[in-house]
Parts: sequence; structure tokens; C-alpha cells
Amino acid sequence: MKEKSSVFSRFGDKKNRGRLMSFALVIIAYIAVEVLLKTGSLGSMFSSLLVPITCYVVAAIGLNLNVGISGELNLGQAGFMSVGAFCGICVSGILANSISAGIPRLIIAIFCGAILAAVFGFLIGIPVLKLQGDYLAIVTLAFGQIIKSIFMNAYIGIDTEGLHFSFVESNFKLQPGGKMLLNGPMGATGTQKIANFTVGTVLVIVALLVVYNLMFSRSGRAIMAARDNRIAAESVGIPISRTKMLAFVTSAALAGAAGALYGLNYSTLVPNKFDFNTSILILVYVVLGGLGNMTGTIISTVVLILLPELLRSLQDYRMLIYAVVLILIMLVTNNEWLMTKWKSLFSGKAKGGA
Amino acid sequence: MKKMFKTSLAVAMSVCMAAALTACGGSGSASSSAPADSGAAAETTESADTGAKIKIGGSGPLTGPAAVYGQAVKNAAEIAVEEVNAKGGLQFELNMQDDAHDPEKAVTAYGVLKDWGMQASLATVTSAPGAAVSPSYAEDKIFAITPSGSSTSVIFADPDNLSGAFGNVFQMCFTDPNQGTASADYISGHADLGSKVAIIYKNDDNYSKGIHDTFVAEAGAKNLAIVYEGTFDDSNAQDFTVQLGKAQEAGADILFLPIYYDPASLILTQANGMGYKPTFFGVDGMDGILGLEGFDTSLAEGVYLLTPFSADATDELTVNFVNKYKEKFGEVPNQFAADAYDCIYAIAQACEAAGVTADMSSADICAKLVEQFTSMTFSGLTGSEMTWNANGEVTKSPKAVVIQNGVYVGVEE
Repeated sequence: MKEKSSVFSRFGDKKNRGRLMSFALVIIAYIAVEVLLKTGSLGSMFSSLLVPITCYVVAAIGLNLNVGISGELNLGQAGFMSVGAFCGICVSGILANSISAGIPRLIIAIFCGAILAAVFGFLIGIPVLKLQGDYLAIVTLAFGQIIKSIFMNAYIGIDTEGLHFSFVESNFKLQPGGKMLLNGPMGATGTQKIANFTVGTVLVIVALLVVYNLMFSRSGRAIMAARDNRIAAESVGIPISRTKMLAFVTSAALAGAAGALYGLNYSTLVPNKFDFNTSILILVYVVLGGLGNMTGTIISTVVLILLPELLRSLQDYRMLIYAVVLILIMLVTNNEWLMTKWKSLFSGKAKGGA
Repeated sequence: MKKMFKTSLAVAMSVCMAAALTACGGSGSASSSAPADSGAAAETTESADTGAKIKIGGSGPLTGPAAVYGQAVKNAAEIAVEEVNAKGGLQFELNMQDDAHDPEKAVTAYGVLKDWGMQASLATVTSAPGAAVSPSYAEDKIFAITPSGSSTSVIFADPDNLSGAFGNVFQMCFTDPNQGTASADYISGHADLGSKVAIIYKNDDNYSKGIHDTFVAEAGAKNLAIVYEGTFDDSNAQDFTVQLGKAQEAGADILFLPIYYDPASLILTQANGMGYKPTFFGVDGMDGILGLEGFDTSLAEGVYLLTPFSADATDELTVNFVNKYKEKFGEVPNQFAADAYDCIYAIAQACEAAGVTADMSSADICAKLVEQFTSMTFSGLTGSEMTWNANGEVTKSPKAVVIQNGVYVGVEE
């Protein structure tokens, strides 16, 4: 017993250990990848996956705040990513002439994407958070569809006369040399690719900082109290809507930031990319990683993105095997017997180490 | 006892999973250094030949809703590569990766191909993924010709102004604007088809919308009467009775369908159910409708499509290709297959003319092939005397075909 407490005092209590582990994981992974990149032993395939992985990790961390900590099933995370992505692309396109350096423009775009997504999150949150459970899930699902439809029909162009915006395509004609930032169903094409892995990693760390600080703050405890027992929380004077709104908006902002990074990593982006399937995909990352478990979310996201790519050698059976492996992972990670064995193995190691 | 069984099952499962994971990881990393991974080996049939081979990459939707196109391209490209290799001399090796019609996956597939050491490429089968990888092809100086990525964003960095062509990305198919214009020209030039046009198109799909926009513009110029325009999108692509009813009400006797064959098959079925029988007119996306499982092909009788390839043509090249394709894959090749076949032969012709060998770097090959493609003429399945301009656009004449007795038949001009 004494030994155990000394371990705790060295690494902090349980919550701090989890927190440290997340940061350590991200930083070690970053250093490892950078070393591989510098020595050139990381292939083009893995290099091309680095930025999308950080994007999905950030979006999944945000969703975990919403689903795991706040306990509200959100099926519209891809909608917020979409808002962030197209906002980021537009901002980057508008600033392209005034700020030629990629990194500052990327950071501004990510900020704008996060803020706009947060505004959307707030507006959506007003009606949504009056609902609970399944009803809330369905409304967020509808929100994702609405966002997709809006971007399907939005036309934004920039030329020497300034910015043009329309919901009917033939409404404006650009001057020669003008550029369509957003072209309805064709989405954004010819985007300058300015996203990079370092900024992505920093964004992951910022997301972790935000979520952990919120989780262990007074507001975070209120959020969890509201999740665990709404009536009891209300009876001690916690404003339920406000605390839930805080988690919802933060989650949306993180998704927006992730979206902006994602959008600026590809030269083309269609609104269809952020459909219901993408929302579910992010939810799968969160559920597999464990509700409320940020380290788990990071690991599961990375594994589930890499898996189909590593299965490429299986050719036609790739997606079949992917589905089977996904089912097996879900079964195994939810198997109590294996989990206890795993935990005992882990604590045994910790004892030996101390 | 039961618990015992359960736990052992769980352990067995986890072992299987771990084995699968390590196996995949192993072969995944091996493929970057050794070209003879299982995929490549399966695709090159005559690996016994000595001598280096020119590595041709490409990606397409081998899974997912657009898989028909990816598979067709892959199959036809395999046939073409086999034929080229059998001739002796120039030797090719093909590696088609799956991109599931997703730009994100296409970029990853490009990475896989680059790791594999691709020296020339079929780019992508579909447009949106093509637009995502074309800048990489331009940056890495790898020659690419897409069989069917028809959007202008595949070959132009700035598709709004049709400027900033990548220069080393070429198209074997028409661009979308050309298809719309050619369709409107054809309909206005053949008054017997009908005079009042209705259009049903998919407004969240850039292929469909691109063709629709140019069709409407050209129809305006040719005084073609468009009496109804109906739209649908991903979420309501099952029921077209409303759009069909309105088209019928408007008295349309020709229905232009710039959409893929999947929703088109539903439109044909539902129009038949309503007793509405206009002339149906499609573009290259309609190609493949006869191969759709569970579709009553008699409903497609009399459907017109504008496509550069018809499988019933009697020239030796087409007959040879169609027979081989049928023999090997058990179905009649569509236009995507023909485009892919032509792509491989065009690359082969250019390589021979420029004296490209397998030991050259991809950038050298790229420079030589670009020079050849912009100066040579090529005759293949999808047209004769094709030429390419410096932007990578092809010049060839579209053919109208009509479906008769369950096969595509060329329409005599």
C-alpha cells in the first residue's frame, strides 16, 4: 500500500497520470515521426496520412468532451468540421495576397474556423440542449445535414472588386483572374496546401490542454454532475443549460479547428466529404477509445485510420477484413476478463518498476 | 465450462487479430521497398520476363458506390498491359490502388504508389480525387493521363479561369463542359429525337452539375426549349416520381439525364411504371447501365447516350478488345474500360517514340512523354487521330450510341 502511494505521489494522482500520459504520447509520437521524416524512412503514404490523423484526433477529442464528459450524443461533429473547413479555406484564400507566409495564414484560418464553428455550436446549442438523449442526437444529425446542404448551395468568389456571395450560382460573374473560393457542390478547388504536421501536433496539444483544463475545473465538475444526475445537479444550483452549452461549444470549436486544418491539407474539398458517415466515423473513434478517455481516443483514432491503409496489400478483401477487425477490436476491448488481465499486467509492471 | 469456452474464444480472436495486424504491417512496409508485393504480383501476369519494367500506377474506386468504374479501368488496363508486354520490347507493370472515390484516400493511394516507385500513371478514375492528386503529380513531375477524370479541375490549378494547367496531367476523356455542349448540339441537330427537353440532374455532384450548366448554356444558344429542370441529391436519390411527373406535365418528349447509371436505372424503371415514354438521353455516366445487376435491361431500350466508345463497333481493334474483356471478366466493357485501354496504349506509343526505358527517372520520363503527347496523334478504341493540347485536353469526336436489344449500337450520322 505504501509503495503504491509513493508511485502516486511521484506521478500525481490518477487524473494527472492520465493527463501526463496523453501529452507524453503525443510528444513522443511527434518526435518519432519527425526523426523518421528527417531520415527519409517514412514513406509517402504515411507522410500523407500525418495531417489527416491530427485533424481526426482533434475532432475526436472534441467529440469525446461532448459525448464522454458531457454525456450528450452528438451525431453532427462532421457538420462543425465542415463549417471550420470551408471557413478556413475562405479565410486562407482571402488572405492569400496579403499574407504570403503559410504558417501565420494557417493559424489565422484555424482560429477563424474554430470561432465560426463555435458560433454555429452556440446557435445550434440553444434549441438542442433543451433536449435530451435520443432527441438531441437526432437534432444534431439533422444539423449535419443542414450544414451539408448549405455548403452544397453556397457560392463564394473573390476578384478585384472584392468578395461575392450567392446562393444562386448565376447571380454573379467574376472578373477575369477572379477565384471561386467555394463553388457549390464542387466545393473548394485549387486550395493552397499550407497545413503541416507540426501545426497539427500543436493543435492536438492545445485541444488536450483545453479539454483537460475544462474537465478538472469547477465548470468541468459541473458538466459531469449534470451528466450523472441532472436533477441532483439542478437542486444544488448548477445551471444545466449553461454548463452543457460550454461543453457543446468547446467541442464545436475544436471540430472547427480540426476542419480548417483538414481543408487546408488538400487542394480540393467537397461538401459531401463531411456527411453523416464522417460523423459516425469520429464517434467510432471516441467509443473505441473509451468515453471520457482522451489517451484512448488518440490511440484508437490513429489505429483506425492506419488500419485500412495497412490492409491495402489484401486488395479486394481490404474493406471486408477492416470491418471484421473492427468488430473484433470492439469485442476484445469490451471483454471484462481480458481487461482485468491487462490491468493486472500493467499494475504488476508498475510495481516492478517502482 | 461455458466461461472457459468464452475466454478461450476471446484469446483466440485476439491472437488472430494480432496476427492479421502484424501480417499486414509487415507486407505494408515491405511494399515500399519490394515492388513484388502480392498486389503487384497478381496484376502482372508475365513476371517471368527478364528486364526492368516501367511502373505505371493509378487509383480508382475499387470499392464503394462508384466501384464499377474503378473495376472497369483496372480490368482494361490489365488487358492492355498484358498485350503490350506480350509484344516484347517495352515492358509495363501496373499497380491500381483503391481510393473509394474519396480525395483523402486518393492522396494516400498516391503516397502508396510513390513509395512503390511509379514512373507514369493513370492518375485517378474519378474527378474529385483527381483534383486532389493532380497538384502532387505536377509537383513530383510524374506523367499522368486520366482515363475518365473529366472535370476541368483535374487538369487546371485554377479551373474557374481555365488557367494554370498542370502540364503533365492529361485526359483521355472529354472534359465535362464538352460533354454538355456536345449533347445539346446533338439534340438540336436531330429534331426527330424530340423538341421539348426536360433535365433531371444531381445538384450535389460536380460531374452532373458541370454537364448540366454547359448543356443549358449551349441549349440557349441553339434555341433548344428546356421545359423542366428537376434536381435530386444523395439523400433523395431513390424516388423520382415527382420530377418525372412534372416533366410529363410540362410535355417534355426528351429527357436529358447527365447522371450516373445507378439513379438513371431508377428513373427508367419509375418512368416505365408511370407510362411516361420520352426519349432518354444520357452521357458517359449512363454507360454501364446494361451491366447493372437486377435491372431489367428491356427498360433501357431506345436510350441514347453520347460516348466515344461503342462495344458493337466492327473494327478489328474493338472486336479484339471486347472479346478479350468478355472472355476474361465475363461482361461487355464500357467506355471507362475503353478509355483505360487507350491510356495504356497511348503511353506505350509515346514511350516507344521517345525511347523511354525503365531505368529512367520519373521526371525524365515525364518530360519526354509530355513532349510526345502534345505532338503525337493517337488512334485507339475511343477515337482516331486524337491529339492533345498543352493543357492536357484531348480532341476527339463523340459518338452517339443507342441501346437496342440489350446492346449499345452506334447511331449512323
